[in-house]
Amino acid sequence: MLRIAKLARIEVADDATDGLADELNAIMTWVEQLSEVDTEGVEPMTSVVAVKLPLRADVAGAAVPREDLLADAPNTEDGFFVVPKVIE
Amino acid sequence: MSALTDLTIAAARAGLDAREFSARELTDAHIAAAEAARELNTLVFETFDLARARADAADKRLAAGEGGLLEGVPLAIKDLYCTRGVHSTACSHILDGFEPPYESTVTENLWREGAVMLGKANMDEFAMGSANVTSYYGNVINPWRRQSDDKPLVPGGSSGGSAAAVAAHLALGATGTDTGGSIRQPAAFCGIVGLKPTYGRCSRWGLIAFASSLDQAGPLTRSVEDAALMLRAMAGYDAKDSTSVNVPVPNYTAALNGDVKGLRIGVPAEYRLDGMPEEIETLWRQGTEWFRAAGAEIVDISLPHTKYSLPTYYIVAPAECSSNLARYDGVRFGLREADSDLTHMYERTRAKGFGAEVQRRIMIGTYVLSAGYYDAYYLKAQKLRTLIARDFQTAFEKVDVVLTPTAPSPAFAIGEKMDDPIAMYLNDVFTVPASMAGLPGISVPAGLSNDGLPLGLQLLGQPFDEARMLNAAQFLETAAAFSAKPAWLTERAA
Repeated sequence: MLRIAKLARIEVADDATDGLADELNAIMTWVEQLSEVDTEGVEPMTSVVAVKLPLRADVAGAAVPREDLLADAPNTEDGFFVVPKVIE
Repeated sequence: MSALTDLTIAAARAGLDAREFSARELTDAHIAAAEAARELNTLVFETFDLARARADAADKRLAAGEGGLLEGVPLAIKDLYCTRGVHSTACSHILDGFEPPYESTVTENLWREGAVMLGKANMDEFAMGSANVTSYYGNVINPWRRQSDDKPLVPGGSSGGSAAAVAAHLALGATGTDTGGSIRQPAAFCGIVGLKPTYGRCSRWGLIAFASSLDQAGPLTRSVEDAALMLRAMAGYDAKDSTSVNVPVPNYTAALNGDVKGLRIGVPAEYRLDGMPEEIETLWRQGTEWFRAAGAEIVDISLPHTKYSLPTYYIVAPAECSSNLARYDGVRFGLREADSDLTHMYERTRAKGFGAEVQRRIMIGTYVLSAGYYDAYYLKAQKLRTLIARDFQTAFEKVDVVLTPTAPSPAFAIGEKMDDPIAMYLNDVFTVPASMAGLPGISVPAGLSNDGLPLGLQLLGQPFDEARMLNAAQFLETAAAFSAKPAWLTERAA
């Protein structure tokens, strides 16, 4: 469970670990019933509508202005998003 | 309460054309109704000034004879729709303060037809829920109450604020989104009409994504005709959504003639669940009788993989959600929980910003997509999905539409079914299969439970055949003659 939380980048408080693990186990046990269905040779569905992915002309469209996008960010500087230092 | 708030969209639109009242008067009446209904918590962000300005602009266009399909019609917009410069958070803490610099295609289409936005409607966080109890902005109260007690009831979900706003007559209609039943189930719980179009009919561009292979926009209204009107305005091909399908949008209202003679109505045996309340079984049987009496042909059909739809959904939808919600990292928008380490900043932001149900689904999705489990869960579910869709294809060789109950129970009280996630998931047992197959579905209020709550019947149609489904739905609406009003309205009128 802690491995999954790590992969999902969600911090789990120590006192919440057991409860959450029980809930997830219950859900996974419930979906386990799918194994009783024989799906040998069945194509997996990747799209409910049988359409070919459309292609568009390779030309640049109108972009949202940089300042509009940055306006929603929690921390910006000089036209960039700011994150904690990642290089020592 | 002003009579203007009791109109259907079609009647309001006719009244505006006939100059019986102005768009401004219509909008003001709904603003007053919305202000009086704040305790229901249907709107998480009110845009009343914007609404008045748009209503004034609508009056100018009406005076010039240029009124659009929904000119001057006040609507509630689910908070999942991005609206330019206006609060759009999918009712999640993690999107705090997000005001998108762009407009969703569906709302853009609505504004082009003259619609007026009253505010952003409450919903389950990221559309994950069936009772509107996971919103960061608190629960929505259903305007209906049961006879046996006064407990506040859930409106259903995830489009619970949209459904309650329309049922409480503070908006003429509302937009919702439906991933596994999020339009149809709240419509049933609130005694109104809810329409989920075929996957690909409405653009998903600008909708905050939950499960991209399932999400679809649709209307919630007080009549089938209104649903037809709103769908016509909302639908259409959009180059910005590669899954939007380029087929013409019919004039749905023109297809409504109430004639169901010779229509083949499928009744699936697998929807008869053990332990389903007798009142729902009875209403379903009554529904088939109405159709039979009008000359429709009732055909018994089998959808053998029905029982696997929910577990399949609870692999596919969390898988897609875990991927879609990876973007909420505290960097580009919304909430950030500061930390000197980047990874810890992500983890703390996501722990604080996502509610319990969203975290649960992200974890499930991460698990079923992780190395070593992908084939056993995700690939297996995709294969099941093929079988579920095939069931419908086979059935539609013999029938035109399928008739089922919308939900296995009427609305329940806030606090009930909250301890067990799986019990909550079962609310969507009748709506999820059509979602898995991408089919259009509509819920029509068709009767009352023994305890005085609305019950819905669901019609499912063939892909892009909403017109025929809507015509059958309008027949059902006429036959059922559902006229009961929620306690919220009757007590205020008294």
